[in-house]
Amino acid sequence: MGLLSKQFDDGNIVLTSVEGVLNWARLCSLWQMSFGLACCAIEMMAASASHNDIMRFGVLPRPSPRQCDVMIVAGTVTLKMATRLKRLYEQMAEPRYVVSMGSCSNCGGPYWEHGYHVLKGVDRVVPVDVYIPGCPPRPEALLEGWMRLQEKVRDFTLVKQEGEHA
Amino acid sequence: MPKAMNEIFDYLNGLFPEAGLAFDESVPCIIVPAASIKEVALQARDDQELLLDTLMCLSGVDNGDETLGVVYHLDSMTLRHKLTLKVIVPASDPHVPSVDRVWRIAEWHEREAFDLVGMIFDGNSDFRRILLPEDWEGHPLRKDYQVPEFYNGMKVPY
Repeated sequence: MGLLSKQFDDGNIVLTSVEGVLNWARLCSLWQMSFGLACCAIEMMAASASHNDIMRFGVLPRPSPRQCDVMIVAGTVTLKMATRLKRLYEQMAEPRYVVSMGSCSNCGGPYWEHGYHVLKGVDRVVPVDVYIPGCPPRPEALLEGWMRLQEKVRDFTLVKQEGEHA
Repeated sequence: MPKAMNEIFDYLNGLFPEAGLAFDESVPCIIVPAASIKEVALQARDDQELLLDTLMCLSGVDNGDETLGVVYHLDSMTLRHKLTLKVIVPASDPHVPSVDRVWRIAEWHEREAFDLVGMIFDGNSDFRRILLPEDWEGHPLRKDYQVPEFYNGMKVPY
């Protein structure tokens, strides 16, 4: 059953929590901001194509940050781009998520030492929810990362947990 | 008739005896004093014996000995020959006349050379950085370049 706590035999009645339904609805329609920064973007596009078809997870690429839930940082983040990327993140409506795809956006990748113009990890400007290793990661890795993100959304709660600070 | 690089040098040297052109056999290329580059470029483009109508590449070089270099790779579509010109200027006063009125593509190439190596092209019609942000300090492909600790509040080193 998973999500449903109780189902009655006679009719369209199910019992569950509000959070359960909301989280389920959100994790099944995480819309993605459509932009790519480098070669990782090619793998991201491959994940959207017919072989991997990330759209079956409800992932829809949107051209505006206002309509997006997730930002996939696919590629090398230069310092010049980091400023724009931070602004795009700030324009997204909450709750919002960031997937860091590939070594470059995880930690600077091959540019970690001599890349004077490369941000050494996108987590220096925006909070990251899921890191996907690889250079570039295969589409399967992106799907795996996406399912991790879905698990994260599934556990989201609006109610303050016991022992949690406001 | 296509010409070899040394033939082009002899020809240009005959046209500009005062300019002080020099031929470097090792590379090979013609070393042009900065003051003469524009007239030599114009002649190379329009002379019926040369017709070097294409600037294939314009590169900036830090020679590491307090001098900067600009390298012009030219090609003739009609005569099927090539020419390499080189300008060497002191790093303390790196002024080079712009050739963007001779070959229009030189405008972007000169801006890139300025952006990364830092020579100044006098007369370029839109002279500003092209790749790096406008507020970047320094020229990163200089051999003595130091990576900054922070850029706009973002830590730069690993």
